[in-house]
Amino acid sequence: MFVHILTRLFQSLVTMAAMAVLVFVGVFAIGNPVDLLINPEADQAEMAAAIARLGLDQPMWRQFLSFVSGLLQGNLGTSFVHNAPALGLILERMPATFELALLAMIFAIVIGVPAGLVAGLYPERLVGRGIMGASILGFSLPTFWVGLMLIMVFAVWLGWLPSTGRGETRSLFGIEFSFLTLDGLRHMFLPALNLAIFKVSLVTRLARAGTREVLLQDYVKFARAKGLSPARVIFVHVLKNMMIPVVTVIGLEFGSVMAFAVVTESIFAWPGMGKLLIESITRLDRPVIVAYLMLTVLLFVTINLIVDLVYSVFDPRVRLSESS
Amino acid sequence: MQRLWRQFRQSPVALISLAVLVAIIAAAVLAPLLAPQNPYDLRQIDVLDGTLPPGSQSLTGMTYLLGTDGQGRDMLSAILYGLRISIGVSATATIIALAIGMTLGMMAAYLGGRVDAVIMRLVDLQLSFPSMLIALILLALLGRGVDKVIVALVTVQWAYYARTVRGAALVERGKEYIEAAKCLRLSTPRIVFSHLMPNCLPPLIVVAMVQIAHAISLEATLSFLGVGVPVTQPSLGMLISNGFDFMMSGKYWISFFPGIALVVTVMSINLVGDRLRDLGNPRLNR
Repeated sequence: MFVHILTRLFQSLVTMAAMAVLVFVGVFAIGNPVDLLINPEADQAEMAAAIARLGLDQPMWRQFLSFVSGLLQGNLGTSFVHNAPALGLILERMPATFELALLAMIFAIVIGVPAGLVAGLYPERLVGRGIMGASILGFSLPTFWVGLMLIMVFAVWLGWLPSTGRGETRSLFGIEFSFLTLDGLRHMFLPALNLAIFKVSLVTRLARAGTREVLLQDYVKFARAKGLSPARVIFVHVLKNMMIPVVTVIGLEFGSVMAFAVVTESIFAWPGMGKLLIESITRLDRPVIVAYLMLTVLLFVTINLIVDLVYSVFDPRVRLSESS
Repeated sequence: MQRLWRQFRQSPVALISLAVLVAIIAAAVLAPLLAPQNPYDLRQIDVLDGTLPPGSQSLTGMTYLLGTDGQGRDMLSAILYGLRISIGVSATATIIALAIGMTLGMMAAYLGGRVDAVIMRLVDLQLSFPSMLIALILLALLGRGVDKVIVALVTVQWAYYARTVRGAALVERGKEYIEAAKCLRLSTPRIVFSHLMPNCLPPLIVVAMVQIAHAISLEATLSFLGVGVPVTQPSLGMLISNGFDFMMSGKYWISFFPGIALVVTVMSINLVGDRLRDLGNPRLNR
């Protein structure tokens, strides 16, 4: 077990290193770092000073070493636009994205699991077919367009919910959160729903497949034969077992929800890290882009590592296949 | 092939989707002939006709079935031209990605060993990140442009094909006809390209169908965010983005109709792809 953890940890570090090299090659070797990292509005003297300060006149291997040592110290450069450390800017906006992604995931479970359960129990009936049709629609609808339509209907026509910003926030452990105030929740509702649509479809399909599989198992037949009420069989025996794959996928998908928040945040003007990324791209604020990239890599590698390790704890087959 | 068509025909949903898809592709290809006006010919548009609701008449007596945008372009024409760019970009990217992924997947399966390990590690690495994010970052570094969007879409797709082909090729490699070809002392490229590859195609086509729908959607998203195609070549995503500014004043049609075109395209591809996947799945063959 210990060896397995060490191996996986080592693999994660290798992935991080590989991505750092890729980013370095992308920014320093393919792109022109003078264009990428120095404010394009700087004049000749400032440009020369900046080149010397950033060490861009040094040989390539030296630049790589200083890039890596910067990474290890958490120094990912300074934003041109905000004139502040890039990493700090992103971390500042992370809680907003995080709470949005979390609420979207809750929506996905609350809507997707019951829908999938019903579709799995009655696959041939109209309700089951309808749910599956809706899930294909959910997969096909482009997130950004649904976001626009949500704004159109709920904010412009009906005027029920606000469509921009975070609303009122309240501080918890020194971090501002929207979900603690009613106004904040009202602001969160539409963007979170928008972000959830794709995942609702995914969870529905998984829950349906899981339900159909579990229904054929002997323990379900046995539970029925014992004379348990159908409700008990469904809510205890079926639901519990069908949730296993759903929980796994939700863990894995959390990172992708954070990534897709880029789209939702720009539509709903939600001040999270995704909106910062888009603003940085349009303003050519490259240090922020590089910092965002490295931070996301770290996030994904960590999520994958945790899911893998949790798996090996619960499923002995994973451990055994490694050691043999 | 005929047997496949007979089975495919049995699902009315798939058949309708296929018909819709063919109609959409025809409309995109024939856009200059079908569209009431050329929306990018400045002589044919009139700013005075800007943001007219669907069904209004222009000063010259032409009817704008789907309304006009801020510059007075007929939305129907803009959508037809936009479809052309959306489908063109995504299809080109898919074909290139298919070629790259197929070659690398075949190499991994046939050569095995270290080549296999390196290619599949790369595939794993890439698939552990969402395609949206990879494309966004690539375009952030490369800048916008049709060629750059294609590069980004190829980059996010090739790994899916490489993995699918490798899986199929590993199964096929052990079969007798390959052994027979080896006994005939045919050259390795000949075995790979004329014997192994054709038999690995069916699963690949299914993956490609799903991926092309994904590519259209992704291209639209990127263009919507302003990092995709340039303003001079507006795809559906950019049309929707243009309408966003008018949305708050209740002028829904500028974003709504291009979106419907996008959804119908993606959905019909997905439904046809779904049916093909079901037909290719031996477990569902009764």
